[in-house]
Amino acid sequence: MTFLFYFFSALVLFGGLGVVFAKNPVSAAFSMVISFLGMAALFIQLDAFLIGVLQVLVYAGAIMVLFLFIIMLLDVEEVEKRKLSLPTVIRAGGVGAALVVLISTVLMRGGTAGQALPKLVASPEKSDVLRIGELLFGTYWLPIQIIAVLLLTATVGVVVLSKRELK
Amino acid sequence: MDWHLLIAAGVKIVVFVFLLTLPLVAMAVWAERRVSAAIQDRVGPNRVGPMGLLQPVADGIKFLLKEDFTPAHVRKTFFWLAPTLVMVPALLTSAVLPFGTKLFGEPMVIADLDVGPLFIFAVASLTVYGIVLAGWSSNSKYPFLGGIRSSSQMISYEISLGLSVVPLIMLYGDLNLGHIVREQAHNGWTLLPLWGEGLSVRGLILAIPMFISFVVFTTAMFAETNRLPFDLPECETELVAGYHTEYSSMKFALFFLGEYAAMIVGSGLCVTLFLGGWSLPFGWLTPADTAVDVPFWQGLIHIGVFFAKVIAFILFFIVIRWTLPRFRYDQLMKLGWIYFFEIAVLNIILTAVLMWLLAPGSAA
Repeated sequence: MTFLFYFFSALVLFGGLGVVFAKNPVSAAFSMVISFLGMAALFIQLDAFLIGVLQVLVYAGAIMVLFLFIIMLLDVEEVEKRKLSLPTVIRAGGVGAALVVLISTVLMRGGTAGQALPKLVASPEKSDVLRIGELLFGTYWLPIQIIAVLLLTATVGVVVLSKRELK
Repeated sequence: MDWHLLIAAGVKIVVFVFLLTLPLVAMAVWAERRVSAAIQDRVGPNRVGPMGLLQPVADGIKFLLKEDFTPAHVRKTFFWLAPTLVMVPALLTSAVLPFGTKLFGEPMVIADLDVGPLFIFAVASLTVYGIVLAGWSSNSKYPFLGGIRSSSQMISYEISLGLSVVPLIMLYGDLNLGHIVREQAHNGWTLLPLWGEGLSVRGLILAIPMFISFVVFTTAMFAETNRLPFDLPECETELVAGYHTEYSSMKFALFFLGEYAAMIVGSGLCVTLFLGGWSLPFGWLTPADTAVDVPFWQGLIHIGVFFAKVIAFILFFIVIRWTLPRFRYDQLMKLGWIYFFEIAVLNIILTAVLMWLLAPGSAA
């Protein structure tokens, strides 16, 4: 379904442009949600159901809600229109162009340049959830545990630091 | 593209969502008013149609004909967007619920995903945008407070909701709701393992953590759908009507119906996970496996059983609403973070230990 691919890609780009150009922070945050949803749809088109659903669950459903929450709590009003000066445009354009060159170089010269990428085969007996689970909790169980402990430490650290400031 | 699949999916969407779930929403509103009346020793709506059954129709006409008033101080785009953002995710989640076995050789589920519960949590987590945006775009104090309360409440209880399902997924080793229901049909419902392989020491002991899961899940579901012991976002005595204070006519009706649709899908999920979905107890009328063709009347019975269970669960929702008083906001947060979160985590560990001790291969 190439039509769906183009539709959702357009949605992702539309959302991305919205984040950059929206003057109202809530509109910008909401554009980002739209972009995430489009991205999730693209993942699902690739039969990567778990990643697609996690994209919605974690990014659109949790992280962006917190963003909106903070924006609303701080009551950020509309940003006044900034004048675009020529040096700013040149600098921003330069960074953007550099990024495009970088990515396209990697894609052109990388190890898989010129060859067709191996097709993802959805095996009927094993869902992608099962395969990701086996990798995470079988092969890579130790790194996962270490990352989990690290994240927990960071979370506890944030709580301790912010609470100390209140006293 | 297979046109057969597309048409079958379209028919299933129309029948399940628009011809079964939406009327059920209307009937739930009627049941709510009648049951609350019975509990408070009143009569309730009984004028329109037999036993007031046509009251939802009258209400619908009223909502459609009322003036759709948009206050001057609102942020228009988001004000218009918000009600749909409450209604759409609620209906979208119904896509992965298996509401029957087979009818005309078609499996009775709209999308047979391998990530069923995750899909429901993901889409349901988008409901909060509708409420938050309604609160924010209304540009007045009470809706704003309602929106803020709702978002923090939903984020908090989403964690317990997700964690409470983990023991169940560990037990079944599958994220496909259809497979989970079929397993329950053959080997005993999650909460009632009284036949098949469920009727063993292992099955009965493992029903204990499942019951804990059920309690946490149901309570978190109440909080997620903003139903009464936890309806702080629209608490009348403090916030007028919370996030939908500024809304009128059909836009208000969408919030109202969205809440009920979320409740129905929530009940459907709970029935699917814990009470055997479409299956009758003791494996009655259960097809041996998916390949077997189910006779037409059996297929209808399975759909009927699913909806009977969902309706029973909705009545439970309603009775709870009119029985328990509202929590205070700090109590709600404390309950979510200090009790349910910990209970859900400990329950996962308990299930893991029990499954390890009672593994079919081990000597214990």
